[in-house]
Amino acid sequence: MAPLAIRAYTATTALGRGLQAQRAALAARRGGLRRNDLPVLAPGQAPLDCWIGRVDGLEDEALPSRLAQWECRNNRLAWMALQQDGMLDAIAGVVARHGAGRVAVVLGTSTASIAATEEAYARLEDGGFPADLRRSQVHTPHSLGGFVQDATGLRGPCVTVATACSSSAKVFAQASRLIDAGLCDAALVGGIDTLCGSVLFGFNSLQLVSGEPCRPFDAQRNGLSLGEAGGYAVVERAGDGESGLRLCGYGESSDAHHMSTPHPQGLGAQLAMRDALARAGIAPEDVGYLNLHGTATPANDAVEALAVSALFPETLHASSTKGWTGHTLGAAGIVESAVALLALEHGELPGILNSATPDPACGPQIRLDNAQRTIRYAMNNSFGFGGNNAALVFGRA
Amino acid sequence: MTAATTPLHATIEGIGFWAPGLPTWEAACRFVRDGELPADAPARPSPQLLAPNERRRAPETVAVALDVALAACRAAGREPAALPSVFASMHGDLAITDYMCATLAADPASVSPTRFHNSVHNAAAGYWTIGTGAMQPATALSAGDASFAQGLLDALAQLHSGSEAVLLVAYDSQACGPLAAVSPSVGVLGAALVLSLHPREGAATLELAQIAADATSAVADGPLARRLGGNAMAPMLPLFDALAQSATQASVHAGPGQHLQLRLVPAAAAIDAPTGAPA
Repeated sequence: MAPLAIRAYTATTALGRGLQAQRAALAARRGGLRRNDLPVLAPGQAPLDCWIGRVDGLEDEALPSRLAQWECRNNRLAWMALQQDGMLDAIAGVVARHGAGRVAVVLGTSTASIAATEEAYARLEDGGFPADLRRSQVHTPHSLGGFVQDATGLRGPCVTVATACSSSAKVFAQASRLIDAGLCDAALVGGIDTLCGSVLFGFNSLQLVSGEPCRPFDAQRNGLSLGEAGGYAVVERAGDGESGLRLCGYGESSDAHHMSTPHPQGLGAQLAMRDALARAGIAPEDVGYLNLHGTATPANDAVEALAVSALFPETLHASSTKGWTGHTLGAAGIVESAVALLALEHGELPGILNSATPDPACGPQIRLDNAQRTIRYAMNNSFGFGGNNAALVFGRA
Repeated sequence: MTAATTPLHATIEGIGFWAPGLPTWEAACRFVRDGELPADAPARPSPQLLAPNERRRAPETVAVALDVALAACRAAGREPAALPSVFASMHGDLAITDYMCATLAADPASVSPTRFHNSVHNAAAGYWTIGTGAMQPATALSAGDASFAQGLLDALAQLHSGSEAVLLVAYDSQACGPLAAVSPSVGVLGAALVLSLHPREGAATLELAQIAADATSAVADGPLARRLGGNAMAPMLPLFDALAQSATQASVHAGPGQHLQLRLVPAAAAIDAPTGAPA
């Protein structure tokens, strides 16, 4: 594929707002997880006994009044993340070059604004939604895309991708195709997910939530920690001879195996990674850093490590950063792409937080310690329920 | 100005359709042409891809999506496992959303693990890839009332980017519970298209003429749009009315102030078309 220029990128997580906060916490190995203190909607119920990656200050930042109809936790985080790292300037830049009608909005989420729907059900009045939550646009999966389109004034194709935890990795692929087909000249991609009852109690029902901060690839890992996060990137066709960050390749696949268990040999994951490398036109040994999906559930990590060792040499530095942020679900793709891009820009390769004893089943590519090294290409894996896989290759020109 | 320099186009190799009273594309076509409804139409879709016990238990959205997807692949003579797929739905499964929110409000620890994993927007895509053994990419998206149009754009872009053929599936379900007042949707509706770039005798073609401002948008007044207009996926029906009527154009809502203008070459005419699509 023709590489796409990345004009700007950003992430906001439990580590703080914007890239500098992510970079500083990763370098200092300072995690953002805390004991679950998210209020439960059902009367008389205690929060689940687990750890979460919560974004500070979300409750205190209402949307501007012109956007008040979109008010909800997820859109507040979408708005907060949009204010970081020069995103609005980058958007203004592509609009100035191409016009708002030629810039697409392609965002990923798994929860959308479901927390607002959960709240409406907990506060029913005579069997109906309370007046302040009778807003159709926040009770549907496209709440995120619709909000960001309204907030930015972008008028190209606008879509919300919802393939569970691969959502905001797949948006890069979709935007790349839209640009390639001439349907737009640039795109705002990214994703937002916020903590809510559906994900906390849902993952708990599958017995996938750990009672401790998650320990990716540790021999004693026993489940994931959930987090909330958001991020974006502005992508555009790269000019001839121009330098800067690039999306070099994407790969997508399906496991064709099970709704909530990965393929036992990681065949789908391998397919996605091979496809991304092929599209980027590079060999496995060219990749310097791989941000793993690495949820810290016993099954995911074992299968992913198997797929990675089948494909990459021992020299690869691969890690999961979910010990810092928690599993941010539909936002994991953009957040961990931001981590991969930071590694590419600064040569600071994160290891794994909270994990002490590597699972012997995992190969030498899985690194617990941070490292410093200049790299040419960085990769990010994101896998979702339904066996939905995406892998992205980033580089520098 | 917003039209692509090379018009995006596709051969419609196969069509699947399911709506209350109209359980196949053939039934929908007869209804559009003659106003005729089949006798003894089944009350719900029955996707043959699933084992009988799973068929009964499958969420409504999964059932309708798998039913129309398989029908479209059979009509196209395509092996389902070979196709990348795009699944579009405005709301996903409203009955599961209602269940999840009601349970969380009352007894959150009792959430059913199966209902939870079925609550993801890509549940239908997941069951499809598992059921057919497809390791090809599958996506699931929503764009509000423009979900079908945005799904079609992604499918056309996938063909442009080198996919041999693409399966596009669109569906929405029946709203229930308190949610029905804010996210209304009546009945269950699904449709699927197998699209490719290969000219095929006896197959209709579609071409994206332009993405235009809504001012000139056609009124959705075909027989299918009138009968099934209450479903959240109804904005796709002008295309299916046009295909059933062998019309030469259709307009589909594509987002705030926008619609897709589609040029159609009906199946019968396509046989004689000098250059339907480039080889």
